[in-house]
Parts: sequence; structure tokens; C-alpha cells
Amino acid sequence: MSPLFELVNASVMLGRVQALQAVNLRIHAGERVALVGANGSGKSSLLRLLNGLVSPSEGASVVPPVRAQAMLFQRPHLLRTSARNNVALGLWLAGWRWRDAQAQAVLALQRTGLADLALRQGRELSGGQQQRLALARAWARQPQALLLDEPTASLDPHAKREVEALIAEFAASGAAQPMTLVFASHNLGQVKRLASRVVYLERGRVLADVPVASFFDDAQLLRISPQAHSFVRSESA
Amino acid sequence: MNTFADSLTTALHLVVSFDAALWVVVGRSLAVSASACLIAGWLGLWLGAWLGTARFRGREVVLTLLNTWLAVPSVVVGLVVYLLLSRTGPLGSLGWLFSFKAMVLAQAILVLPVVTALVRQVVTDAERQHGEQLASLGARPLLRSLLLAWDERYTLLTVGITAFGRAISEVGAVMIVGGNIDGFTRVMTTAIALETSKGDLPLALGLGLVLLAVMLVLNALVSLLRRWRERGTPLSSPTDVGAGWAA
Repeated sequence: MSPLFELVNASVMLGRVQALQAVNLRIHAGERVALVGANGSGKSSLLRLLNGLVSPSEGASVVPPVRAQAMLFQRPHLLRTSARNNVALGLWLAGWRWRDAQAQAVLALQRTGLADLALRQGRELSGGQQQRLALARAWARQPQALLLDEPTASLDPHAKREVEALIAEFAASGAAQPMTLVFASHNLGQVKRLASRVVYLERGRVLADVPVASFFDDAQLLRISPQAHSFVRSESA
Repeated sequence: MNTFADSLTTALHLVVSFDAALWVVVGRSLAVSASACLIAGWLGLWLGAWLGTARFRGREVVLTLLNTWLAVPSVVVGLVVYLLLSRTGPLGSLGWLFSFKAMVLAQAILVLPVVTALVRQVVTDAERQHGEQLASLGARPLLRSLLLAWDERYTLLTVGITAFGRAISEVGAVMIVGGNIDGFTRVMTTAIALETSKGDLPLALGLGLVLLAVMLVLNALVSLLRRWRERGTPLSSPTDVGAGWAA
């Protein structure tokens, strides 16, 4: 089966900064991949490369078209309009007719528990509600892949749990098969709960690409990548 | 010679008594500047939005020229438009010189760089913060910049007011291309200049007061509109986006 995402020796330069170096990665449909690493390790750049927001300066990338994927950022940007229109606008940009987009937006808001807030200004919602709204906008497009850049990093514990539960629910609710999930996270508990595979990055390089069970197995991880092992130890401390 | 207080009293009397000579000039001024701002606003919105996100060779040169254009004195714009519209000029066949249309053209050229530069700045700032998220939704650069401009519509209203202020308060360009013809191309600023030179200070002062009042009312309206809209009235369709752009 051909992978949904494939990077071959892909490097990314952001200005003069080498954000990614010779990354090789294949992600198949239905996988749940966590990208972990310290700040500046290249997690966000890798997500942007997968989303097609940046192109490799060297190497090659094969990624699904933008319409087949949805990306969530740490702080969602909502336009100055109602929650419903924010969701519908995402669909309209993906080629939907406005009327159909609005109907689908209502469904998406119901799925995320925001139906009562459909006519409220998106920017007036709380941080957790805004992230749920961004999730609704992503889910409404019925993407093959959902990319998330530390989606719960700026939320309080309660909102964090709500958003994480929604992500898990959406990932399991793909039309034909479970949605492919690629997310960057500093939260190892979240990685354990959501991921089936973990990619560890350091200074733009992939130093470990292992099943989640191996990543949290002390002895195995030490053998595979001492750097990743050291990272997990420091994050768990 | 009247004292300032006497002039002010007479000026106020002219304003509140709806003096025909004064209000005809005021009406013409508003019509000329509003027409110029609509034209420049429409063009400047597209140009500024495009410049806000487009990346091309020579962009810096274009931006430098745009910023230089911002500082061009209105008399120079008037002179160029005069040369273009004069009988031997390339647009002489239009027969616009010393007409309402000539004044609109001159003011539109004068405020176009103001609108373009400010819209570009607003869109560039918004693009830096949020452009990536709109791009991830599939919005291509021009659509993205127009969406960002719409999202910043209240800021753009202020841009509109700034442009209108620049247009209605300038005197050099309309004086040259309009000719300050009584009952035909006389506007507030040219009338103020003329009446002051004639020593009719109350009329000049009255026009000055109206000019100030117009700007005060516009600013108050924008402030009210901003408060009202920010309380939340959702747009009904993407075509409503255009309604915000016109401002």
C-alpha cells in the first residue's frame, strides 16, 4: 500500500535556518503519529512540510492535496464572524457551495458541542471553545489526515481533556477508514494516549521512529536512540 | 477688519442658517472627495491586498515608489493631471479640464497611494500572524489577502477616513485642475483660500468649521459602527465580504 505522506531526504530551510535535515518518513493511512522533541527540534516545520505550507529545499515530498488534509495550530485563527461562518468558510475555501457549507458547519458544531454558540463571534469564545471550533472546521472537511501542532498546549487542563477527547473521536471516525493523525506534542501522556507511533526529532533530524510501546519502553528506547531516551527521562522528571 | 470672534460668530450664523452659497460648496466638496475615495479605495484595496502577500522580483522597488508617491505634494499631482488633461495632453480629448471629473481624478490619484500603502501594511501584518492558517485551509495568496483585509475591516474603515481626510482637505490639486470656478468647480478648500484673500473671513471660517465637523461626524460614525459590529452581527455569505471592502 502506498503511503499517504512520503518524505525522501527532505530538508527545509527557513531563511538561513536549517529547520529539517534529510528527513525520511512514510506515513500510511490510518496511522497516529506523534512528533516529539524539544523546542526548535523541527516538529512544526515537519507538520508544515506535510501540510504543503513549505516545500523542501532539498529532497522530495509527496503529500495529499490541501483539501484532503486539515491542520490545527496551537492558537487557532478565527475570522471576525460567527462560529458557524468560520466553519463554513473553511469548507467554502475547499470548494463547497456556501449553502451546503453552512449546513455542514451546523453538523460539525453539533459534533463538537458548540451548536448553541453557532451565532456567537468566533473570537469571543474561550480558548478551549476556539480550539474546538477549529477542530469542527477541520472535521467538517472530512479530511484524510488531521495535522495538529501542539493543539492543547495553550489550554487549561479541563479544556485540554475536552479537545483531546474530540481529537481521539475524530481520528476514529474517518469515512472509509480511521483518519490519519499526525500531531506535535510536548505532553508525553497525550502521546501515549493518542499515538500508535512516535517520531523523535532533534535539530531537524529524525533520530527515532518507533511504535509507541517501544518509545515508552526504557530499555528498548535506550538501545534505539540514547538521545530520545534522554529526552523522555528529562520530560518525565 | 473683523476680529476672530466676530468672524466666528458670523461663520456660525452662516452655517446654521443654511446659507446657500456655503452649502453648495460643501456639497460639491463632499461629492468630489467621496467619488475620489470610492475610486481610489476600490483600486487601493486590491493593489494593497495584492502587495501584502505577493512576493515577486522588484517588490521592494514598487514599495519604495509607493512610499515616495505618498509624499508627493498635491500641487504636483494637480500639475501632472493638468498636463494630462490640457488640450495638448494625452487625455485632452476627454475635455475634463476645469470640471468635476478632473477634480475627482486628481484627488483619486492623490489618495490612491495612501489607501494602497495602508491596506498593504494591514494585510502584511495580518498575513504574518494568520496567513499560514488560511493557507492551510486552501486560500491562495490573493484570496487570502482579501480575506485578511475583510477580517481587518474596522481598521480599513480608519484607512478610508484617513484617505477622505487627505482628499477633502487638499487645495493644490483641485485648484489647478478645477480652476475654482464659482458655481462649478469651487470646493471648500479653494473657497477658503479665495475668501481669505478677499478678506471675507466669516465665509472662510464657516467653511473651515464645516470641514472640521464633517471629519468629526465621520470619525464618530466609524467608532459607533465598530462598536456595533464588534458586538456581533454574523455575515450571511462570502459575498458580504465585498460590503466590508468598500469601506
